Amino acid sequence: MKPAVKRLIFFAALILFWGLGSHFELWHETILPSPFSVWNALIAGFADLTLVYDLVASFRRLLIGLAVSLLIGTALGILLARSKTADDTIGSMVLALQSVPSIIWLPLAMMWFGLGEGAIIFVVILGGTFVMTLNVRTGIKNVNPLYIKAARTMGSNGIDLFWKVIIPASIPYLVTGARLAWAFAWRALMAGELLSAGPGLGYTLRYASDFGNMALVIGVMIIIGVVGAVVDQLIFQRIEKNVLKRWGLES
Amino acid sequence: MHLFIEIQHIDKIYTDKDNNANTVLEDINLEIPKGQFVSILGPSGCGKSTLLSMIAGLTSASSGDIVVDGATVQKPGKDRGMVFQEAALFPWMTVTENVIFPLRKDMNKKQAVERARHFLQMVQLSNYAGHYPHELSGGMQQRVSIARSLAMDPAVLLMDEPFGALDEQTRSRLHGQLEKIWIDTQKTIVFVTHSIQESIKLSDRIVVMGTQPGTVIADINVDIPRPRDAQKQQVTALEERIMGLLKGEIDKVIHEELAYEARR
Repeated sequence: MKPAVKRLIFFAALILFWGLGSHFELWHETILPSPFSVWNALIAGFADLTLVYDLVASFRRLLIGLAVSLLIGTALGILLARSKTADDTIGSMVLALQSVPSIIWLPLAMMWFGLGEGAIIFVVILGGTFVMTLNVRTGIKNVNPLYIKAARTMGSNGIDLFWKVIIPASIPYLVTGARLAWAFAWRALMAGELLSAGPGLGYTLRYASDFGNMALVIGVMIIIGVVGAVVDQLIFQRIEKNVLKRWGLES
Repeated sequence: MHLFIEIQHIDKIYTDKDNNANTVLEDINLEIPKGQFVSILGPSGCGKSTLLSMIAGLTSASSGDIVVDGATVQKPGKDRGMVFQEAALFPWMTVTENVIFPLRKDMNKKQAVERARHFLQMVQLSNYAGHYPHELSGGMQQRVSIARSLAMDPAVLLMDEPFGALDEQTRSRLHGQLEKIWIDTQKTIVFVTHSIQESIKLSDRIVVMGTQPGTVIADINVDIPRPRDAQKQQVTALEERIMGLLKGEIDKVIHEELAYEARR
């Protein structure tokens, strides 16, 4: 049986179980609404365009934040890989920063940028930057020394060697870094939106919760999960797989 | 005869982390005329690859000089093409892009591609110009690597056990191709190997190295007519002679390893 078919059957069974449980009132509707209520809440949300605006707003923040974090992450990663002093100093700070959830920066960000776009995007940037930094650093440091030797015997050195050989050779790490940065940024974004003003998926989630609309809460949670899985599997994992194959790291 | 590569009083001493000085190479002197196919033969650890790497300019000597075509070697350069044991092709480039990599700055793209085609033809891989390295077998990758080195038109081709990682049949076929390329291009080739058969089959001259420290223990001119597959008797006789020379060296390596084990 194909994995896709197995997956389909699994999710169908899960929803069936959920539906039957609600139907026979194994749990109360206010604690866990039935799949039909969730479906209706989602339809209503899309019909009055609330969820559409939320998706647009969330993606806008995500794309800006992720783009900036990839740029800063790459630049910082190159710096750490090339300078021992930077690695010994900034490197240890990056390692520490990477181990804290970026949402803890929100109170400070609100002081600096106000309770709006700026604060959330700041948190998203912090969410993605450090994991990208560490991957770029590792990628550059792990370039096969043979490539460098071969390039040097072919007259390449300095900047040419760096841009034409070292950076392309570390692309697999860059792609993995970007995938992880996206995942971290997406989590940071949702956390940030839960705690700030709308529109946005996270904001609507909290709003629905405040008004006891559990069906919409679950609906938004499903959207967040589906977006995360789709972007990861359809975009990043595909690119990663192709790159690893081309770079001869996976057959 | 014009002396093309001069290796003068080369020593290589490196200090390990316990601060013990290890002499890898001791007073190596070699003179190689233009167009010669020289093999450097020796057991593992005799420093033969280190010596080759010094000619390439990738490793520095502790003392002594290496002069190639009148210029002292300071750093790597396109006048010395190097083929490594692994093909060292860039996986993100096609076969053609790999071959034109060293040519980028010397000519326009059209000329470079034309030149790449010529050398890919020489190694019989012109049908694979658009393929990526991961789509080729090990032997094919190594042939691309040879084409890439030849495309720079180096004065000397340095080969570091280039066929060591290949299976027997592939290696034997590539020996034939390399011999033909050498005859066609008249390149000076310095070929490092630990295979006695390989060195006899291919080279004009075999420099036999001993180990601990690495020194030249014999310098043999191979005047067996080519192709040498047909000269079984002479080949076997030379093989036995070299085997005799190396026996003591191999015993030395084994002895050292046993002593090391005993100390642990």
